[in-house]
Amino acid sequence: MAKIIVYYAHPGQTFSRANRAMARRASDIEGITFVDLYAEYPRHDIDVRKEQVRLLEHDVIVFQFPLYWYSTPSLLKEWQDLVLQHGFAYGHGGDKLAGKALLLAITAGGSDEAYTQEGYQQHTMRTFLTPLEQTAGLCQMRFLPPYVLFGALKADEATELKHHIDGYVELLTRIRDGKFELKDATADELTSASDILSLSKD
Amino acid sequence: MTDFLLLAFVFLVAGVIAVPIASRLGLGSVLGYLIAGIVISPLLATLGVDVISIQHFAEFGVVMMLFLVGLELEPKMLWNMRAKLLGLGGLQVGGTTVLVMGVAMMLGQPWTISLAIGLVLALSSTAIVLQTLNEKGLMRSNGGQSSFSVLLFQDIAVIPMLAFVPLLAMPELMDLATDTGHGAGAHGAEAHGGSHASDHGTGDHGASLSLVDGLPGWQAALITIGAIGAVILGGVYLTRPLFRFIAMAGLRELFVAAALMFVIGIALLMTLVGLSPALGTFLAGVVLANSEYRHELESDIDPFRGLLLGLFFITVGAAIDFELLLGNLASILGMTFGLIALKSLVLLALAWVFQLQGADKWLFGLGLAQAGEFGFVLLSFTVANDVIPQNLADQLLLIVALSMLLTPGLFILYEKVIAPRFVKTQERDADEIVEVGEVIIAGHGRFGGIVNRMLRATGYATTVVDYNASHLDMLRSFGFKVFFGDATRPDLIHAAGIEKAKLLIVAIDGKEQINALVHYVRENYPHVPVIARAVDRQHVYDLFAMGCVEIIRETFDSSVRTGRSALERLGMHPFDAELAARKFAEDDRHILKEMALVHDPKIPTSQNTAYIEKSKTLMKEREEQIFGKRDVFDLSTDRGWHPPSEEDLDAILADHEAKAP
Repeated sequence: MAKIIVYYAHPGQTFSRANRAMARRASDIEGITFVDLYAEYPRHDIDVRKEQVRLLEHDVIVFQFPLYWYSTPSLLKEWQDLVLQHGFAYGHGGDKLAGKALLLAITAGGSDEAYTQEGYQQHTMRTFLTPLEQTAGLCQMRFLPPYVLFGALKADEATELKHHIDGYVELLTRIRDGKFELKDATADELTSASDILSLSKD
Repeated sequence: MTDFLLLAFVFLVAGVIAVPIASRLGLGSVLGYLIAGIVISPLLATLGVDVISIQHFAEFGVVMMLFLVGLELEPKMLWNMRAKLLGLGGLQVGGTTVLVMGVAMMLGQPWTISLAIGLVLALSSTAIVLQTLNEKGLMRSNGGQSSFSVLLFQDIAVIPMLAFVPLLAMPELMDLATDTGHGAGAHGAEAHGGSHASDHGTGDHGASLSLVDGLPGWQAALITIGAIGAVILGGVYLTRPLFRFIAMAGLRELFVAAALMFVIGIALLMTLVGLSPALGTFLAGVVLANSEYRHELESDIDPFRGLLLGLFFITVGAAIDFELLLGNLASILGMTFGLIALKSLVLLALAWVFQLQGADKWLFGLGLAQAGEFGFVLLSFTVANDVIPQNLADQLLLIVALSMLLTPGLFILYEKVIAPRFVKTQERDADEIVEVGEVIIAGHGRFGGIVNRMLRATGYATTVVDYNASHLDMLRSFGFKVFFGDATRPDLIHAAGIEKAKLLIVAIDGKEQINALVHYVRENYPHVPVIARAVDRQHVYDLFAMGCVEIIRETFDSSVRTGRSALERLGMHPFDAELAARKFAEDDRHILKEMALVHDPKIPTSQNTAYIEKSKTLMKEREEQIFGKRDVFDLSTDRGWHPPSEEDLDAILADHEAKAP
């Protein structure tokens, strides 16, 4: 059993296919906290105290976002800048998040081939996620294998997107019910919908 | 004078008692009035009241109702209805007339009388049907719209009928009529023209004045066309400056007077040229459907319509001749039910031809199955023209009245038995006809104007209500949809559609007016969210106490922005100035909310100890900030980025050194 909080950050939800559908399904799952960051802070004035209290109340922190310029959308970055304060999240006396886990649920426009050393992005997805990985590290949190959808803009709605969203719901439900092992990601490890959905067949 | 007061009192008491009871029992207001009429009829007989002449006066309610119906109907919608209007209406009147005529001939009446009876009974009751449809919210359904089309056609058809009826006159009745003329009572006299100068009732051509009498046909036609043209052109070009001029005076009752003058004037003009006044005012209503004065006119005329129609229904109930009824109980009841069945059959056949589905078919079929008030008019006219003998007319009158009396029963049958069976189709239909919920903006000055522009720019439909006529003219020239009127008046805000509104924005000036509007809407339409403008701090508390959640202080945001500009001008970094402004605003809102919670509008502030205590505590906190006893902003909850302190830095470095290999 784990308490999950999902931070969903998407500044252009009207135009979203994958993330909006993922968010809708995730917010329906009982017993998890779902935060639409852009809805809660439309004017980017994050309530630091409130966020810190929320973090303390949960075990698994999920960042759900589309990859923007190899990073998070700006509000989620602002959230990290302000909420992960010294003395709270890291540094002197900053061990409040120790032992919790960070899960990234990311959609990327490029294909999985693009995110290789031979592909046009020239680096793997995990290389681009290094700052977030180390953020978790500095906060003494486990960094779970990120749940990634490649080629999100071209994914077919009825098959690929549905598959990914089903996998997302399954993953969150399993974590909630304690049926998913929370362990640090190995080098270059990612999770896909197929990985999650095949678990249920076991 | 005493007679008049007594009469008015009797009618009012009857209505005030019977209608709420009938409504509570789910019978609808029409049946309530009819029953009230039946109950007071012995009393009226004792007082020697001429019920029929009151009825003719009350028929003016129908004229007003059609004006109001016209206001709701834009010319484009009317044009879209033309197929239904002519097809459904024409076939209903034609078919019913022929069938009723056939039955009458089988019962041994000569063809002339039979045809007249057919015409009389083909008409339905606009008053009852529209009133009931509106009351039950069925007006916009497919069945309701079809019913309305037929009623409108009938209203028009009365005119040629009145022209046609004298041609059926039977010479052998002529002498008889002069002998028994007084037996016809008011009808005869009225139709001969003269006794009811105040009567502008539907289809009443008995007015003593006429512009077209004795003129050659082509001249009469020209004058008639000219009158219709005057109504349309006057409605389009003259009403706006006229209403504006009146609005400038700023007197409510003057506007009511103007609205009445307008409707009565048109009715009079129509009567003078021999047209149906109901048709004329309906046309004027359609012309004004796009006007900004529409809602104001609606709410001004509506009470008169309601009272007059109520009076009309009471007189229908009161006019039932029970002696005659009991004398011929079986035959009259039989003929009444026969008539309802026959009319229903014609209507159902039409519904089938015009592909009305499910519950709509039955609404249409049952709703119009009665004879109507136009029947009364036509009947008295036929008697006056020696077409139908008096004793037969009296029986017919009873049939017409009874069929009207039974109509609410048919609607109840529809509502309780038939409609539930078609719940599924009804739901689907409902989806199709659902109107887009609108945002109502009360007040379009410096405040509401900006809100309106913003909402419209983002594609929302707004209804603006404002009491400044010159203001509205300007807005109209920019193509905004605006209505004239005082938004604090319940009837006006109702006419503007508060019931179905998605949101009400209160942007009017003046604390009292804002309070009145918010209070009324919170009490009566708690489902409509309200965003209210607050004049000052104290006003916020008042609005909060009324259950208003979204309260915007009218000058707060601009003041904060001014403060921010000042900080920037004084050399503060723009982002720091922004953070200071945000922090200030949040802090201020916090105080406001705390104070609103302890504020009690029933206790004067000077006696509210909780309020005083709270304000002292909060003041102390602020003072500490202001005089620098504490940091203005609490570090841990600050919105901005802060570096670790020197101490922390040393600790981090020490930590790193310890870990270093």
